[in-house]
Amino acid sequence: MAPKTSAKICGMGHSMKRKEDPRFLQGKGNYIDDFTLPGMLWLDIVRSPIAYGKIKNIDSSKALEIPGVLAVLTGKDLEAYNLHWMPTLMSDTQMVLPTDTVMYQAQEVAGVIATSRYAAADGVAAVEVEYEPMKPVMDPFKALEDDAPVLRTDKEGKTDNHIWHWEAGDKEATDKIFDEADVVVREKMHVPRIHVASIETCGCLADFNPVEGHLTVYMTTQAPHAIRTVLALVAGHVGLSEEKIRVVSPDIGGGFGGKVPVYPGYVIAIAASVVLGTPVKWIEDRMENLQADSFARDYHMDAEIAANADGRIRALRIKTIADHGYSDAQAAPSKWPAGLFSICTGSYDLEQAYAEVDAVYTNKPPGGVAYRCSFRVTEAVHCMERVVDTLAHKIGKDPAQLREENFIPKEAFPYHSPLGWEYDSGDYQAAMDKAKEMIGYDDLRREQAEKRARGELMGIGVCSFTEVLGAGPSKDFDILGIKMFDSAEVRVHPTGKAIARFGTKSQGQGHETTYAQIIAEELGLPAAHVQVEEGDTDTAPYGLGTYASRSTPTAGAAGAMAARAIRDKAAKIAAHLLEVSEEDLDWEPGTFSVKGAPDKSVSIQDCAFAAYTNLPPGMEPGMEATNYYDPPNLTFPFGTYICVVDIDRGTGEVSVRRFVAVDDCGNIINPMIVQGQIHGGLTQGIGPALYEEMTYDEDGNNQAGSFMDYLVPTAVETPAWETGHTVTPSPHHPLGAKGVGESATVGAPPAIANAVVDALAHLGVTHVEIPIRPDRVWEILREKGVAE
Amino acid sequence: MATHQITVTVNGAAHAATVDSRLLLVHLIRDDLALTGTHIGCDTTHCGACTVLMDGVPVKSCTVLAVQADGAELGTVEGLAGADGMTPLQEGFQEEHGLQCGFCTPGMLMTGTALLESNPNPSEAEIREAISGNLCRCTGYVNIVKAVEYAAGKMGEGD
Repeated sequence: MAPKTSAKICGMGHSMKRKEDPRFLQGKGNYIDDFTLPGMLWLDIVRSPIAYGKIKNIDSSKALEIPGVLAVLTGKDLEAYNLHWMPTLMSDTQMVLPTDTVMYQAQEVAGVIATSRYAAADGVAAVEVEYEPMKPVMDPFKALEDDAPVLRTDKEGKTDNHIWHWEAGDKEATDKIFDEADVVVREKMHVPRIHVASIETCGCLADFNPVEGHLTVYMTTQAPHAIRTVLALVAGHVGLSEEKIRVVSPDIGGGFGGKVPVYPGYVIAIAASVVLGTPVKWIEDRMENLQADSFARDYHMDAEIAANADGRIRALRIKTIADHGYSDAQAAPSKWPAGLFSICTGSYDLEQAYAEVDAVYTNKPPGGVAYRCSFRVTEAVHCMERVVDTLAHKIGKDPAQLREENFIPKEAFPYHSPLGWEYDSGDYQAAMDKAKEMIGYDDLRREQAEKRARGELMGIGVCSFTEVLGAGPSKDFDILGIKMFDSAEVRVHPTGKAIARFGTKSQGQGHETTYAQIIAEELGLPAAHVQVEEGDTDTAPYGLGTYASRSTPTAGAAGAMAARAIRDKAAKIAAHLLEVSEEDLDWEPGTFSVKGAPDKSVSIQDCAFAAYTNLPPGMEPGMEATNYYDPPNLTFPFGTYICVVDIDRGTGEVSVRRFVAVDDCGNIINPMIVQGQIHGGLTQGIGPALYEEMTYDEDGNNQAGSFMDYLVPTAVETPAWETGHTVTPSPHHPLGAKGVGESATVGAPPAIANAVVDALAHLGVTHVEIPIRPDRVWEILREKGVAE
Repeated sequence: MATHQITVTVNGAAHAATVDSRLLLVHLIRDDLALTGTHIGCDTTHCGACTVLMDGVPVKSCTVLAVQADGAELGTVEGLAGADGMTPLQEGFQEEHGLQCGFCTPGMLMTGTALLESNPNPSEAEIREAISGNLCRCTGYVNIVKAVEYAAGKMGEGD
C-alpha cells in the first residue's frame, strides 16, 4: 500500500529511520545502571542455595564488620513494616523476604546495603544463613497427588497445591463430537519453562526524600503507571501516597514481558531507601536474573482433535497442567487466569472446543510472565498447530492442504469462534499462498521425496497461526481492577512542532519513531517534528504499559484519536483564517485548502500558530488533546510460516535451512520496524524450539542458571529469515493496524517442531518435545535404527 | 586489599587511576571514567555487551581486570563517532535497522569495528562468526549482518 503522506511528512507506510538510534549508537542511551545519585548506596541480595527448607538462623555479624557494609535487611526487619509479603498481579501473594521458609532456589533471603557494589557483594558472601532443607516438589503432576506435601502453608485452609481451574467451551457438546467422530488424534506436549533473557537484567534506583516524603523510583518496568499505583496500594500504610511517588522507566534493554512484574529486589531497594533516607540502587546480575525471575510458559498440554475421515476438523479438546512455581506471579488480565489460551482453535473453523487449565504450585521460582506473547497465546498456538500436523500425518494428507481445507474462510469475518472470540478480520488463504510461493513448497516436497528415498532426513514445517492482541476492552480486561485502556496526550506548539506523550513504554520497539509517524499521518506534521515521550509517571498520561503487543492497538489508537481532535480544531481555525465555512475546506495531510480554489490554503503549522495568536472569536486557546482509548475489540493478526530443516543422522542436529514468514498485522506503520520485529520474534522462536529450557533436578537445583547453560541463539545458529506480508486491515482500529511484536515468537516454534516431525514421520514419529536438542533427536534416530 | 596505580588511554585520552586488584575493567570504564555506553549483560563472557577494544583487539571487559589494562589503549563506543559524524558502521546500523533496544549495540559495534579493521570485505558467514560472541535478543541478527556489509561497502568505495 502506498503511503498517503510525502516522505517529508513521513506518516504511515514509510520506513522512517529510527529517532532513538543516534543516542544508542553513540553510547548515550540511559539505561538503569547508568543512573547515579549523590550519596547512592548499593543493594545486593543473599539468595537461597536450596529449593525448599526452613531458615533456622541468619547471622549478619560478619557481614556488618566489612568496611562499607551498612545494613543487612531480613524478612524480620521488613515484617516490622508489614512489607515482608507483597501481592502478585494475579491476586496471589509472594514473599519479599522470608521470615521462616524458603520456597525455591535463588529466592531472596536478605538484602545487604553498602557503599559500593563490591562491598555489597562482600557482604552477601559473609551473611551466614542456616537452613533445614526439606524435599522439594518439582513435578507439577506429583504436586497434585493426594500425598503431596502442601507447599503454601502460609495460605490459611490450603489443603493441596492446586491454584485454580479454568475452562472454556461446551464440554458436553465437544465430548459428543469426539464420541461420534471418524478420526481422533491425541498428542501430549510440554511447552517448557523458558526465560526472556533480555540482554539487560532488571534493576532500579530508589530515591526517597524523607523531608518531602517523596519517592522517585527509576526502574526497568514496562508498566510504570501501574507500578506507581501498586506501590501506593501496598505501601500506603508506611506513608507512600500516589501523588508523592514518581516512577521513571528509562531506556530499557529489552523487556519481552519479563519487566512487567514487581520482583522482590525492587521492593527491598525501595524499603531500604525509605528506611535509610538515601538513594539505593539494585542491579541484578545475569545468574540472579536467570535463576529467580522472568519465567514463562511451563504448560503441560494433552490435546485431541476430532475430524471426519477426509480431514475436516470438527472439535478440539485440551487438558492442561500449568506449573506456576511457588506463586501465581504471572502477568495476565485479572479475569483471565489462563490468559487468552482460548485462542487455541486458531485459524480453523471448528464446530466445538473445550479447553481446561489447572494451575499448580511447585518449588520453582514464581512464573508465568507473558514472554513476548499476548498471555498464553504461544502455548495455545503450539498445541493446535502440532496436533493439526498429527492429524495430517495420520490421514496421509499434506499438512498445508489440511490447513487450507479447514481455514475460516475470509467471507466468514467477523468470525465467532467456539470459545467466544469475535475475530475482527482475516484472509488466511492469502498468507498461505504467499508463503508457499515464496518458499517453493511443491518443489520442496519433491526434493524431500527424493532425499527420503536416499535415506536423508529433510522436513518441511507449516504453521498457520492466529493471534489475539491488544488487551483490551474495559468490559473484559483489567489488571488489579485498572481497566486496560491506554492513552496519548498530544500538544502542538506555536511553531508547529509537537510533543506527544503515551501511557506505554518502548523497550526497543521504536515508539519514538512509530508514534511520531501516527501523529504525522493524522496531522500532516513531519514526524521529525514530533517528540515522543513515555515512561515518566509525572508527565505521561496514565496507561497500562507495553506488553502483549498492545501498544499499537491501544496507545497507537489513542494517538490517532488525539491527533484527529486537534485536526478538528485546526479545521475551525483554518476556516477562520481563510474566511470560509468549515464545510468548504479540503484536507490533504498538512494542508487545508478551499474547495475549488486550491491555491487558497493554510498549513497545519499556520493553524497551530493561530491557535496561540489569532483565534476565532470564543475559541479556547492552545492546540492539544488527550485521548484515553478503550478498544471495542481485540485484534487478530495471523500468518503462515513455512520452514525447511535438515537433520544430521550422525549427531541429531537440526539445522534450519530456510524459514519464510508471511505475516498479516493489518495496516503497517513502519515496514522496516515491522520486519525487524518479525526477525527478532523468529529468533526468540527458534530459541525455545531448538535450544532454550530452564530445567531443574529433583532437588530443585536450577540447571540452566547462566548463559553457559541457557542457550540463547547466536548469529551462527540463526538462519537468514525471509519475510513477506499480506494486509488485511482491522475494521475497528482507527488506523486499521493490529500489532505485530509477538506473532513470530508464537508462530516459529510449531513451524520448526512440525518440520522436524515431518522429517521423521515416515519412521512413525508423531511428536518431538521442544527444545529439539540434538540428543533428543539422536535418541529417536537410534531407536528407529537410522542413526549413523 | 592491594591497590595499584594504573594508566590507561581511553578513546585517545590518558587516565591515571588507583584501583583495587579485583576491579573489573568494565567497572573502571563505567563507574570511574563515567563512560556508560559500555554495558554489562552477563557474568560469564557470553553476551558481549561489555566488548571494548584493548590495543585494537575486542575483549569482554567484564572478564578483564582493570590492572591488566595498565598501559593499554582502550576504545569504547563513545570514541567511534568523530567530528565528521558517525562511522560507516554506526551509520550502517541505523540504515539497516541493526538495533532495537540498543543494549547489545555498543558491543556489536566494537566487535564489528575490529572485524572490518582486520577483514575489510567479510562474507556473511565471516560476519556471523565474528559476532557470535555478542548476543542480541531483539534483532535476529539479519540486519546486524547487513549493517556490517553496509559499512564494508561504504568503506570500500574509495578503493
